[in-house]
Amino acid sequence: MEIILAVVIGVLYASGVYLMLRRSLVKLLLGLSLLSHGTNLLIFTAAKLARGGPPIIPSNAETLPAAAADPMPQALILTSIVIGLGVTAFSLALAARVYKVTGTDDLDRLNQGEE
Amino acid sequence: MKSSALLIAPLVIPQLTAVAGMIGLALRPTSRRVQRVVATIGALLLMGAALLLFAEVRQNGIVAAQMGSWPAPFGITLVADLFSAIMVVVSGLIGLAVHLYTLASMNVEREVFGYYPLYFILLMGVNGAFLTGDLFNLYVWFEVMLMSSFVLMALGRNRGQAAGAIKYVTLNLIASAIFLSGLGLLYGLVGTLNMADLSVKFAQVSADPSVSKLISAVASMFLIAFGIKAAVFPLFFWLPDSYFAPHPAVSAIFAGLLTKVGVYALIRVFTLVFPLNSGRFQELLLWIAGLTMLIGVLGAVGQNEVRRILSFHIISQIGYMIMGLALYTPLALAGSVFYIFHHVVVKTNLFLIAGVMERSTGSGDLTCIGGLYRKMPVLAVLFLIPALSLAGTPPLSGFFAKLSLIQAGSAVGQYLLVSVALFVSLLTLYSMSKIWTLGFWRPAPTEEEITTARRGRVIVPVTGQQRWGRWYLPIALLALVTVCIGFGAGELFPIAVEAGQGLFDPSGYIEAVLRSAS
Repeated sequence: MEIILAVVIGVLYASGVYLMLRRSLVKLLLGLSLLSHGTNLLIFTAAKLARGGPPIIPSNAETLPAAAADPMPQALILTSIVIGLGVTAFSLALAARVYKVTGTDDLDRLNQGEE
Repeated sequence: MKSSALLIAPLVIPQLTAVAGMIGLALRPTSRRVQRVVATIGALLLMGAALLLFAEVRQNGIVAAQMGSWPAPFGITLVADLFSAIMVVVSGLIGLAVHLYTLASMNVEREVFGYYPLYFILLMGVNGAFLTGDLFNLYVWFEVMLMSSFVLMALGRNRGQAAGAIKYVTLNLIASAIFLSGLGLLYGLVGTLNMADLSVKFAQVSADPSVSKLISAVASMFLIAFGIKAAVFPLFFWLPDSYFAPHPAVSAIFAGLLTKVGVYALIRVFTLVFPLNSGRFQELLLWIAGLTMLIGVLGAVGQNEVRRILSFHIISQIGYMIMGLALYTPLALAGSVFYIFHHVVVKTNLFLIAGVMERSTGSGDLTCIGGLYRKMPVLAVLFLIPALSLAGTPPLSGFFAKLSLIQAGSAVGQYLLVSVALFVSLLTLYSMSKIWTLGFWRPAPTEEEITTARRGRVIVPVTGQQRWGRWYLPIALLALVTVCIGFGAGELFPIAVEAGQGLFDPSGYIEAVLRSAS
């Protein structure tokens, strides 16, 4: 399971970076959000995967069973998904604005226009 | 109980101010007056709260509190050691000064678009980053800060601003993704993200040789992520383009505070979590420091726009702060702390002055302006103070900041780096005298010369008579602080030394965080 997830994360990072290297503004933003999805999965995988082990302390014990999943990374991921949503929404709005002001979504031309 | 209230105040005050501002906007959407009153009260309270926190830390040592009463390392830790407290004070001071400048310079469209609430959310994010004791919360505060800075940067309509904002947003989001990946791997390795707890647990984990390579990988992810935010070599290229474009008040607060949050994070992480003396990062950071200084200042030489020159100087000055960290002795860290304080005050002031220059002449291009000494003699004098301080002329604040770093460098035999630092401060003086000579000293260029220099660019002329006194108030305030730091260095430097010692030996910090659970 770890290996599959590792490959998925790698593919997400690679395609994110590839998209960011394109000249289109929209592809840049898509690349950024792929990168953040990859990161979320990375947190999930790095903190050890446990199947079917709810982090609940049994009534006859004092501590968590050894096989329980760690709830902490999931809380982290949840937070970062929410932040990612806000950031993506903002950057889409910014992209629309940039397109309106400059009339282009070509990043090279955007930079030339600045000179 | 009282000390934890002091810790929360620098976060709650800006938040309440922002909320009050937004309520004001909802009730009176076109009134700038409500916005201004609320924001002024907020800025003053924030400054007061920062000073109170500083006094408390100075008197009783490190203050730490667990939010929601979950014991450390599980709860959300807020902690202020002397370094954090100094940073909070400087952010309160800059928050107030830039706010005063905003009152004089901001246009009503931005004000009723929610400028003030955004500004205070930005300050909340900055203070949060300084006060948190937990790496994941550091990430969250970074995002709070970034989101509001994105909007502040994009408020406005010019083309350069749009392109600058895209670069800024992209680079910062990449940095956040790298930071978060590092966090994930770190949690997988150690199982905690509380910085004090990490520091303790790392000592146990890093004994295992198979883990130590992974730790290096994680540490380099943090180095890259914070390096982008702090704009160190070779990750600085986004900065001059983005800080050049927005409203002068916005670029002043960015220039003063935002990159310094990156530097703060670098110093905090590389003293507490990955102490430099136990890895191969020290040499790398020494190189980064030297190259950042040198490349930044050389970049400035070729520029003609005031704010671009100043932006390149931010980069070069960041090099000095990293130099203090890289030397990694108590004196060097003290020098770094002192340098950050001095730099934030001076650099913000220079950006405020650049704003006045641009507004009064209609351009920031040095080939188009001149004769400001005759037109605005007060501004010329006020410019000299931070400019000379930036270059490190005694008896101003920059001299003592540079002196301590150079002493610290010579003490450990890093003569190459020391000579780079000295050479760079010479070039800084060259840049400042370039602004002085071209902008203030030479006679104002004729219409004809301006037209040739413009090469077809449109320059917005000054409309109406400005009351410059209100613009000068924050500039004079910061210049006064610069002079006071210079003359009061004898009293202030021991505080920095104490902060540097606290960074060099974080056992007090660790104990304060883990003890505060009870």
